[in-house]
Amino acid sequence: MSESESKSESEKWKDINKSKEERPKVQEYKNWKELPPIPISFAIDASIGRTGDWRTFRPIILEGCNKCGICWMYCPEGIIKKNEEGEFEIDYVFCKGCGICAKECPTDNIKMVRESDIEDD
Amino acid sequence: MTESKQKDFIQPRQTKVVKGNVATAYAAKSARVQVISAYPITPQTTVVEKLSEFADSGMMPGTQYIKVESEHSVMASIVGASIAGTRTFTATAGQGLFYMYEMIHWASSSRLPIVTAIVSRGVAPPWNIWADFTDVIACRDTGWLSSFVATHQEIYDEILMSYKVCEDFDVLLPKFVAYGGFILSHTSKPVIIEDQDLVDEYLPPLPDEKGWPHIFIDPERPMMHGNLIMPSGFYSEFRLKIHDAMMRAAEKIKEAAKEFEKMFGRSYGNGLVQKYHLDDADVGIMIYGDLALQMEQAVDELRDEGYKVGMVKLRHFRPFPIEDVQEIAKSVRVLGVVDRATAFGSPTGGPVSSEVKAALYNTDIKTPILPIISGLGGREVSLEEQKDQLKALVKMYETGELPEDLIHGTLWHGKLEVK
Repeated sequence: MSESESKSESEKWKDINKSKEERPKVQEYKNWKELPPIPISFAIDASIGRTGDWRTFRPIILEGCNKCGICWMYCPEGIIKKNEEGEFEIDYVFCKGCGICAKECPTDNIKMVRESDIEDD
Repeated sequence: MTESKQKDFIQPRQTKVVKGNVATAYAAKSARVQVISAYPITPQTTVVEKLSEFADSGMMPGTQYIKVESEHSVMASIVGASIAGTRTFTATAGQGLFYMYEMIHWASSSRLPIVTAIVSRGVAPPWNIWADFTDVIACRDTGWLSSFVATHQEIYDEILMSYKVCEDFDVLLPKFVAYGGFILSHTSKPVIIEDQDLVDEYLPPLPDEKGWPHIFIDPERPMMHGNLIMPSGFYSEFRLKIHDAMMRAAEKIKEAAKEFEKMFGRSYGNGLVQKYHLDDADVGIMIYGDLALQMEQAVDELRDEGYKVGMVKLRHFRPFPIEDVQEIAKSVRVLGVVDRATAFGSPTGGPVSSEVKAALYNTDIKTPILPIISGLGGREVSLEEQKDQLKALVKMYETGELPEDLIHGTLWHGKLEVK
């Protein structure tokens, strides 16, 4: 056969088969022999970047929010969360600032503010 | 699939007189395939009919039979089922195979051990539904293993051996098992359907709920597959791994054939090639598929006439048995290679003869090769014609000259001539 040494292929990739806790968070391989048979990806936070960086306008939920949850339903990124008090919060690490929540809010209680006009953070 | 259900379904060893396509269905049943998806196409239709009959009558407990609307969906659903960690089976032919071509690559590049029977037929247009291996050979570079079988019994046996090879963790590739449309598919012969316990012992265990080691669907272990790889990523390396697995499959095929012989008593050479009276032969002929069976008789008759001829049946086209071909070419003085398939514009016009020539380059083997093309589109190749092919080779050996009527270096045998 072609290359006998290829039989001693690294078995490291077999860790992908383990439970979510036991398998490595990030796969690292040095060469083709170590690779698993096919390319696979694990779900990790911000694997393609912190999309909040793309934002030009920041949606801000105002005081008069009636907690109806329509913004939560419409958010295409799923980054509006309900906290323990039943209030809605926006995860600005991933919010791209598309403005759909502000457009859909029935009580006009979401304001879009230009990022450069925000002084804090 | 529950353990108790499996126990109910034990079939003792029996010999049945069945059509080739029914032998295919029995092989899938013996292999306890868990998911079948198929779409009927001549001459494969009776495979599908028999399998649906088995599944419907409860003879295949635990088997899901999926009805779909096209061959593209056949392979798509089989790929999905295999990713979920099941033993899968399907069958198709000719244009149907071409219609599933995109998904064929999804199967091999996802490294899924899917076994597919190809009831080979001529490629349209013009429409032709009879034996011709151009369909399966057109999938040469897809990363699927492929084999040709010559007898009814071999269909059953080869499908079982295929699961053993494909599911080996060092291989993890899909495989085509091809046989000639109508010649094997619609004729009847006695076929031994093996004892279920023995088949279970021969084959690897069915995948458990964890599925295959490299790909699985499990909410507890989420993974994404089918991703994009940028040019700077490991794309090339994953292709290399497919080639490497394919080359290593050759050894696994030999092991599977050896173990099969030990367990069931039927020998298929070394698994890659099967020789017939080749040891002392001056003139050799390489042939594959159903034509190989009749060629044995042609060899016998020429031997009776005093010619030292021999035959080798090519069982696997992918991986191509390079070392065996070299050894055979070295052992004979003249070698003919018969293709029942076309490879337009290739060095010989025949796919296998072109590969044989390629396998001998950069070696010290100078054995002349005569490429022969015959039996396309199910054209009958008589015993007399096969003897003529052998005699052309004998003449080549005696005179040292190529036959005169070659076209682009190839003997297109049995051309119609109207007077």
